[in-house]
Amino acid sequence: MGKTALAGALAFGMAGSAQAVEIEYWQYFFDARVAAMEELIENFEAANPDITVKMTHFPYADYRTKVAAAIPAGEGPDVVQLFYGWLNDYIEAELIQPLPADAFPAEEIDESFFPMVQAMKVDGQYYALPTAVRSLALFYNERLFEEAGLDGPPETLDELVEHAKAMTKRDGAGNITQVGITTGMTAQDHHWFREVLVRQFGGEPYTDDYRTVNWNSDAGLAALDFYAGLEKEHGVTASGFMDEPQAAFKAQRAGMHIDGSFRIGSLADIRGLRYGVAELPAGPDGTRSNYSSYWVNAITTKAEGERYDAAVKFMEYITSDEAMQIWLDIVGELPAKPSVGMTEANANDPVYGPFIRGLDYAHTTKFADESGQRQVLVDMLGRVDIEGQDPAESLAQAAEAEQALLDEYYAE
Amino acid sequence: MSFYRNLTIRQKRIAWAWTFLAVPVLFYGIIRFYPTGNAILISFQDWNLLGSRTWTGLDNYAKLWNDPVFWKVFVNTFQYLLIGTPLSLLLSFVIAYHLDKLRFAHSFLRMLYFLPFMTSAVAMAWVWRWFYQGVPIGLFNNMLAAMGIAQIEFLNSTTNALPAVLAPAIWAGLGFQIIIFMAGLRAIPTSYYEAARIDGVGWWTVLTEITLPLLRPTIVFIVVFSSIGFLRIFDHVFNMTTNNPGGPLNSTKPLVLMIYETAFTSFDMGYAAAQTVVLFTILLIVSLIQLRLLRSD
Repeated sequence: MGKTALAGALAFGMAGSAQAVEIEYWQYFFDARVAAMEELIENFEAANPDITVKMTHFPYADYRTKVAAAIPAGEGPDVVQLFYGWLNDYIEAELIQPLPADAFPAEEIDESFFPMVQAMKVDGQYYALPTAVRSLALFYNERLFEEAGLDGPPETLDELVEHAKAMTKRDGAGNITQVGITTGMTAQDHHWFREVLVRQFGGEPYTDDYRTVNWNSDAGLAALDFYAGLEKEHGVTASGFMDEPQAAFKAQRAGMHIDGSFRIGSLADIRGLRYGVAELPAGPDGTRSNYSSYWVNAITTKAEGERYDAAVKFMEYITSDEAMQIWLDIVGELPAKPSVGMTEANANDPVYGPFIRGLDYAHTTKFADESGQRQVLVDMLGRVDIEGQDPAESLAQAAEAEQALLDEYYAE
Repeated sequence: MSFYRNLTIRQKRIAWAWTFLAVPVLFYGIIRFYPTGNAILISFQDWNLLGSRTWTGLDNYAKLWNDPVFWKVFVNTFQYLLIGTPLSLLLSFVIAYHLDKLRFAHSFLRMLYFLPFMTSAVAMAWVWRWFYQGVPIGLFNNMLAAMGIAQIEFLNSTTNALPAVLAPAIWAGLGFQIIIFMAGLRAIPTSYYEAARIDGVGWWTVLTEITLPLLRPTIVFIVVFSSIGFLRIFDHVFNMTTNNPGGPLNSTKPLVLMIYETAFTSFDMGYAAAQTVVLFTILLIVSLIQLRLLRSD
């Protein structure tokens, strides 16, 4: 009798210890993201008392280096957050493993998530999934709009220019002291140029699954002329005005500002700033377009056995509808599924709504080297702006430089 | 033990010296030479930090040779050196020379000159960045605008940006050089000056015949030290141009910034290591030449 009781207790004890799994989750440090994830982990642990999740975060600048060093050493996370553009590198380096097909059936994901998530599918298998996505929209200063007698955000690019003219102010010496619209290729404008303007002027920025540059075209030139013309021709902006575009908008020295949904959180704290959000203005023929990017979660190759099972459960939770709504409420980033994003309340929200509606026609650039590809556009505009190079020439030179980056990346 | 007992005193001394030296030598070897050797190794490889390293021979160096950005950066780096070093040397000497003669509020002034050297380069760069902004926020341009003069593009210009970035870098290093120069000046025996005064020699002759020749070791030190500093300039440039690092159009990019970007934004470690080896070689050559030119008489 005593023996069986002891054996039972032992078996129970062993089973108990075998079930208590701790998995590790890594992300980069950003206040709201950490707060949102803390809440998600709390909910997850309440539903799965046998699993604990330990979150670690690093400054953004160190993030990629830490992950690369830790996982091969068996020290790193079981579930890791990464930028969608890094996926290929992570797969190639065998840092992450495919999501199990039974828990994450590809057809179901294809149907239930916004289409750009399909960039996470390699050979029919999903490797990673986002909780939230980001898109672009036009922020506008309501006070400056009223002052200039404008009754609403611009609907088209032509209206954008007219609105901007009405709000631009200069001092006696002709120096610009308030811009109609902010510009800065170093901020979000390189996305606006590639995926929005080029398409709106009738082009397709890339072909061959983003391996071939295609914006050295009439559409690309029209897009560049429009963009550079904001400063050169219409004088409604100055690149580098007040150092950073969002700074000018926060300081109420800019009428309009194009930025990502992640900016919403930081604008809320600005005292006295009344702003509205609108979808990006449509092109000359009414075309709408947007750019979307996202951070994804993936299971690393370090997770094995029961840790792997726990990691799968955790992945299921953080990509659930509930998690997406929590992420929207805390971080302000948009749900990755239409079923959450397109709810009556979310899609008509005066702030989130325009971003969410923009997801419907958004494109996601597959970058080989995001900062390198951005630099190409920064330099393209710089040559026109500072050195007075002919736009067509600068465009061709930039396209060639970007193609070289892509060729080098895909040659490996 | 008998082996030790049979050693001569001289040999014992050497054995003990090496025993004590072993710790710093090992430490130095592991901390300094191992990474240096590794960097040279990586420069012949292809590595994106995530995957495995593969040998590519001299590919990275060939790529560097054919990279127009590298040559632009190379020229920039030498511009920092060739403008920065003589200018900072001259300025710090002139200030030290006069400060040395000054009795009134001497230590207070010396402290004022030294303060920038103790300030964090990052904070300083951001303050200067604000000085250079356009109307309506920039200090310099607001002053110009108040006088009715058109604003100047300091940082958003391919010609003005490099001197604009260099100015705070020179200013930041002055304090240190002034202190070293003053120490050098104080080390010159006053009897030489007294003798010169008795002979009725003019100040120019005193300066060129007594002060400068006797300051030679100080000058050698400052020249080598500040050249290495300007060749390795990074924090001022990076912080004043964070939106477009080394820009506009690479006009302010120094070699160290190019290395940083290649390694930590493009994750091309092999290429970055090749650039590092080139920078190391340049530093070595420049330092050796300066030491030879200035030391031997």
